[in-house]
Amino acid sequence: MSGVDTPDGLAFWLPLVLACVIAVGVALYVILDGFDLGVGILFPFFREEGERDQMMNSVAPFWDGNETWLVLGGNGLFVAFPLAYSIIMPALYIPLILMLLALVFRGVAFEFRWVAKPRHRKWDIAFATGSMVAGFAQGVMLGGLLDGITVENGRFAGATFDFLTPFSVMCGLGLVVGYALIGACWLIMKTAGPLEQQARRYARPLLLGLLAFIALVSLWTPLEYERIAERWFSFPNLLYLSPVPIVTALLAYSCWRGITGPYTSRAFYSAVGLFIVSFIGLMISVLPYLVPFSVTLWDAAGAPAAQIFILVGIVILMPFILGYTVFVYYTFRGKVRPGEGYH
Amino acid sequence: MEPDALLLARIQFAFTVSFHIVFPAFTIGLSAFIATLLVLWRRTGQDHFHRLARFWTKIFAVSFAMGVVSGIPMSYQFGSNWSRFSEVVGNVIGPLIGYEVLTAFFLEATFLGVMLFGWRRVPPWLHVTSAILVALGTAISGFWILSANSWMHTPAGHEVRGGIAWPVDWLAVIFNPSFPYRFVHMMNAAYLTTSVVVLALGARYLRRGEYPSEARTMMRMGAGMLAILAPLQLLFGDLHGLNTLEHQPVKVAAMEGHWEDTGPAPVVIFGIPDEERETNRAEIAIPKLGSLILTHEWDGRYPGLKDFPPEERPPVTIVFYAFRVMVILGVALIFLGLAGAYLWWRGRLFDTPWYLRLADRSWWIGFVAILAGWITTESGRQPYIVQGLLRTADAVSPVSAYAVATSLAAFVVVYCVVFTIGIHYIRVLMRRGPTGAALEPPPAPEGLPNRPLSAAQDSAHESVREAAP
Ligand code: HDD
Ligand code: HEM
Ligand code: HEM
Repeated sequence: MSGVDTPDGLAFWLPLVLACVIAVGVALYVILDGFDLGVGILFPFFREEGERDQMMNSVAPFWDGNETWLVLGGNGLFVAFPLAYSIIMPALYIPLILMLLALVFRGVAFEFRWVAKPRHRKWDIAFATGSMVAGFAQGVMLGGLLDGITVENGRFAGATFDFLTPFSVMCGLGLVVGYALIGACWLIMKTAGPLEQQARRYARPLLLGLLAFIALVSLWTPLEYERIAERWFSFPNLLYLSPVPIVTALLAYSCWRGITGPYTSRAFYSAVGLFIVSFIGLMISVLPYLVPFSVTLWDAAGAPAAQIFILVGIVILMPFILGYTVFVYYTFRGKVRPGEGYH
Repeated sequence: MEPDALLLARIQFAFTVSFHIVFPAFTIGLSAFIATLLVLWRRTGQDHFHRLARFWTKIFAVSFAMGVVSGIPMSYQFGSNWSRFSEVVGNVIGPLIGYEVLTAFFLEATFLGVMLFGWRRVPPWLHVTSAILVALGTAISGFWILSANSWMHTPAGHEVRGGIAWPVDWLAVIFNPSFPYRFVHMMNAAYLTTSVVVLALGARYLRRGEYPSEARTMMRMGAGMLAILAPLQLLFGDLHGLNTLEHQPVKVAAMEGHWEDTGPAPVVIFGIPDEERETNRAEIAIPKLGSLILTHEWDGRYPGLKDFPPEERPPVTIVFYAFRVMVILGVALIFLGLAGAYLWWRGRLFDTPWYLRLADRSWWIGFVAILAGWITTESGRQPYIVQGLLRTADAVSPVSAYAVATSLAAFVVVYCVVFTIGIHYIRVLMRRGPTGAALEPPPAPEGLPNRPLSAAQDSAHESVREAAP
């Protein structure tokens, strides 16, 4: 335990580096699966079968790869911070199971829908509902985590429904709106014609909704948690952290221009930017806690031998993974044109 | 009274993993089969290889999707239902699964996109390469998950500090004593399972007089693989059993229904294990053969169940029957493979009615044998979750039994509905058959429209076109 107090020990750096890797993994998940969940959330609002075909085709080659980041995130926690994993998962049991089941429905819909044609309506519903419930459950999990978990002797000691608070429900709704926005921006970028125009029309209120949600969280959390208020509003932190709201505002403006102006991909990249900044904001609020506010990354860290072993793998393999991810996105670049799924 | 959270969690794990393994078993084999077909097509230029590859790719896509969505709940269950397990052995098991994600899941998932949607988007060599990479990915995935699972049966390369397992020697952890046997036996089981399905479908088409050239290729490939792999599986299984005898003797005693070590052991062909009276009822046995199989000597001895205290014994009845189901089905597959090879040699593989009918009806054998095998091996490890290190009863999460009961009910309903429909869709695709013309080669990569057709979408269109007058 000696290394924990001294900033130069392995026991200090290893958990920190791994926490960063997991954070990047989770951020990538939220962005990548975010847009394909978002496309699912918007599904009911597009009525024509041809449009739905196009929407689904625009994400079909990517969804499985996107979802693998979720497996990586969960597993990263399991490897690097087994204690946190064994506290968080039981505490968020209900939303977790809900998310997993929702992902079952939307995942199979990608293939089932085509086999079922022309009787595919149930898989349209499965795809849309699954995407919505998965997004909502993820938001609830985030909110439940921020709300804190009852821990005694390094175990979860709360009740099954502790996670369910007004705050966590709000986070759930907020994430659904956010995913819908990034999904709409994806459609603006990847489709053309009436579908694209409709996506632009939906994107505007969604952007406003997301901004309202961001503002709400930014006010709610500091009011509720003194620790968070202190982190953001004390001097000199206020100075260092002031770029966060400024950058948020700039990105929001850019996203708006992207939606309303003659741009193809600007709205999407700005929305991605908004997600990243919000994510960084969250990290600033809770670090160094993994289970706010009782277990820090160092408390939860697993055996250094395990952490080193997996880190070696990450350092060697991540460039390849990123490389072929880029390759796939490049291969399926450009717009999916209307009617094309029909030949 | 509060229901028993432990029992519910065990049922939930057994239920979800049993559903999961059905799909990997099929996709591991199919991906290799499709890659082979594509390579053959590239080399010979014969259309029917290409048609077959496209046909099986549609089925593969549906099966793979079900494998993925049933796998993700598995990986989260370690935390949600078995959090004590995660805490105690997470340092060892976690990185193995982590390497599976890094080396296999990303590879499979990414190149799956190219394999399914890239027919017209990438040059043929790249498409074939993607199919090979997907097949490789599934095999790598099997490597790591079976290493993790084997470690739970024969832990090695670790030490226990303060009740927690710490990894000491990673090579010893990965290549733990039962891993080579389990890996070879399971991967071979997956290839076997797929071979039977391919053979069965070929036989079905021939019986109906459909797609003759594709059906013959399928029968030849299926029967050929079976004739080689099924006898090998017996050999691998035998070696696996010897290894288990060394490391988990009580499991072998349960598999054999061997209660007392009083002399050279018989092989129990049939019996009804009676755990209370510690004997088998209605036993039919061949003297000494058990000793020969397990010790490779007529007079060899090995420990019986009574050499272990009752609280260290697995549930004998389950292990005993599950093992017999697997072995009987294994023998059936050997017969199917050798008979097929013989008929092929005599030039009558395609017109021997009894064989076609038998093959047609055998498609399920691999799946059931795999489930029986896993039930043998996993129940045989009880009462431990990690042999000698952690009892299943001590591994469970502090969640309320009602939460587990609810989620179990939800999993049962959702899996039964969704996967039953999925299996039905696979049958629909099989009924539609390998139709359609071979694809024109893709145009130059520049200036392509983005046109990711779903693998199954193609067939939907084809069938619509056929239905039109
Ligand atoms: C020997 C093979 C084997 C075994 C024993 C298991 N799996 Fe599996 N799994 C695969 C072989 C496989 C695969 C071939 O890689 C899959 C199946 C079909 C597929 O689509 O990929 C897969 C998919 C798959 C996925 C989704 C991957 C993705 O996102 O692409 C996860 C998270 C898991 N599995 C996790 C597990 C866990 C936690 C298991 C044990 C309890 C398990 N699997 C047993
Ligand atoms: C994929 C094929 C598999 C099948 C069909 C299977 C089947 C089963 C069954 C039937 C049980 C219940 C035994 C009992 O409680 O009596 C069980 C237990 C368990 N298995 Fe597996 N298993 C498989 C693979 C794995 C793998 C790869 C792992 C881990 C890496 C694993 C981890 C566990 C754990 C943690 C338990 C304990 C929970 C329990 O006892 O129910 N299994 N498995
Ligand atoms: C033909 C004779 C066979 C023999 C003698 C045999 C033997 C064995 C043995 C001894 C085990 C190990 C249990 C343990 O110690 O943990 C096992 C497990 C297993 N068997 Fe078989 N087996 C045979 C056929 C098959 C067939 C045909 C399949 C499937 C197609 C199959 C699939 C499995 C699976 C999936 C397992 C569990 C994983 C493992 O431990 O490898 N087996 N078998």
